Amino acid sequence: MSDPGENVEAAVRPGVAPGGLHTAETPVPAPATGKPRGQFADVWAELRRKPMFWISAFLILVFLVMAAFPSLFTSIDPDQGSLRDNLQGPSKDAWFGRDIQGRDIYARTIYGAQASIVVSVIATLGTVLIGGFIGVVSGYIGGWVDGLLSRIADVFFGLPFLLGALLILFTFNPPGSAPSKLKVEALVAVSLMVLSWPVSMRIMRSAVLSVKEADYIVAARALGASPFRIVLRHVIPNCLASMLVYSTILIGSFIGAEATLSYLGVGLKSPAMSWGIMINEAQQFLRDVPGWLFFPAAFLVTAVLAFVMLGESIREALDPKLR
Amino acid sequence: MIRLSNLSVSEPGYTAGAGASRPLLEVENLFVEFHTREGVAKVINGVTYDVRAGETLAVLGESGSGKSVTAQTIMGILDMPPGRVAGGSIRFHGRDMLAMSAEERRKIRGEGIAMVFQDALSALNPTFTVGFQIAEQYRIRRGLSRGEAKRRAIEILDQVKIPNAKQRVTEYPHQFSGGMRQRVMIAMSLALDPEVLIADEPTTALDVTVQAQIMDLLAELQRDRQMGMILITHDLGVVADVADRIAVMYAGRIVEQANVHELYANPGHPYTIGLINSIPRIDEKGQELRTIKGLPPNLMRIPSGCPFHPRCPRAEQVCTQQLPPLLQVGPTRASACHFAEEMVSRG
Repeated sequence: MSDPGENVEAAVRPGVAPGGLHTAETPVPAPATGKPRGQFADVWAELRRKPMFWISAFLILVFLVMAAFPSLFTSIDPDQGSLRDNLQGPSKDAWFGRDIQGRDIYARTIYGAQASIVVSVIATLGTVLIGGFIGVVSGYIGGWVDGLLSRIADVFFGLPFLLGALLILFTFNPPGSAPSKLKVEALVAVSLMVLSWPVSMRIMRSAVLSVKEADYIVAARALGASPFRIVLRHVIPNCLASMLVYSTILIGSFIGAEATLSYLGVGLKSPAMSWGIMINEAQQFLRDVPGWLFFPAAFLVTAVLAFVMLGESIREALDPKLR
Repeated sequence: MIRLSNLSVSEPGYTAGAGASRPLLEVENLFVEFHTREGVAKVINGVTYDVRAGETLAVLGESGSGKSVTAQTIMGILDMPPGRVAGGSIRFHGRDMLAMSAEERRKIRGEGIAMVFQDALSALNPTFTVGFQIAEQYRIRRGLSRGEAKRRAIEILDQVKIPNAKQRVTEYPHQFSGGMRQRVMIAMSLALDPEVLIADEPTTALDVTVQAQIMDLLAELQRDRQMGMILITHDLGVVADVADRIAVMYAGRIVEQANVHELYANPGHPYTIGLINSIPRIDEKGQELRTIKGLPPNLMRIPSGCPFHPRCPRAEQVCTQQLPPLLQVGPTRASACHFAEEMVSRG
């Protein structure tokens, strides 16, 4: 090999044998298999067979429609009430009864869906996307990038949730001010994101760390996959399950957190409606009109359950071994 | 150590497989170290080998002899740090890969040099169908459409003799048996028609009957495609039928390199003799298995002189002091033993 007189021609590459890849005559078996089914199609085919998926999807659809078009579910104005009728039990006119101001509890529960659903879904999406992205970057790149991002996450993680949320909301939404409902919803969602992303970042980071060493990542590198493709095809799909489970639980806890902040007077304020506000208002009248607390709470629990069930069925469908 | 680079095992005129063309892949005087907290482990200490189109080189050695690390260094999948290439070159078509940019090297992987891994279950992504994983290579690297890529994936699964490939292409890795999974792994590495295939203990995770099938398949594919193949193994029995040449590694060095027949008939290094003797034989049934005494050396404290001398039955004074260079002892063979000439001529 060190002989200077050696012929430096490129190594002869004998053609691929007949029947090999390059023969045009190879019979085409394609038509019978039809159009190739993508990965999402596989997951969808699996989801379609799960009753749990259909039930939760139906419930979530109902809640989403309720949030977007509450007037489809009731023709009663949720803000109108007669003090004469206050604290009535359920009746033909007011199915769930009436609150302290004589307003219809059913209508208020329907209209309350919007704030709860919008805030929790947006905050969850943001938390999972931000935390997940930072987690992937931190886990995959490692080194000083990981060190820096993890320390920043630690700082945010160290903030007590309520104190942090109070601080943010008290600054931007002080009691006595009357910003628009949309602005408050956005503020609440942002403060939930800011204070919660470190948890999803840590979940993603540890999932990435365990997947990063897997043989199939090394094999993908050995076959010449680009770093971007390795992250997209091999790292993220194998880390999704734990994030998904966490995010469905997060939706539930965010609905609760939104209610808590409303109760403390820094979130949405009456006359705005949310399940959280209603539950808090109703506490003192639990014995007079149990429905005032019970119905919004039942909606809240059902919504949380629907999201958890949806997450669970998607997680199962994503894992080929459970099929 | 310097003399290693003068090694001329593959002089022009030495023929193997598809004639005397220039080797496709040449590893020359490669040194690799691992920097750990305890110190520097010298894992590869001047390895030189090459492989030509249509030729199979078997790299043989115990665990820790550096055979896999050499392969990982060739593929560029060695973790650095802690690994570090301390010297030498790896040339593909005459171009030094260690001097290439990361992007250039990446393009060689898969299309120029591909690798089959030991454990196919963990080397396949569990979340995608095997068809998708193979087809993706065609889509990304060759720009084929989804339908065309899938058709090619079925073709290549057919070539590795997976029955009913058309149906199985939509299945996931865990739905395949061990042997079938290794076939998928082979199909995956052959998808882009590489010129050199590195098979790192491809049959270790399989049971014996399947091992033979996979080795036959690899040999057949190698012959049909005229690939150069580097077969890494610790099992002498596996290589006899498949390999053209064998390189025996010990403590990060090649201690003997020879044609298969020469090596089996007349080993030129005490370590090779030990390996051949330790193959269990049917006519010695009931007797204690013969082993090589002692353990492979700690790579942080490689013994002075010949690293094999503490375990070598014929070690003499000179072995503890002088490192025997890998020298030509026949037209097609080389050995790194002070007594190589003597051993070879006696046989």
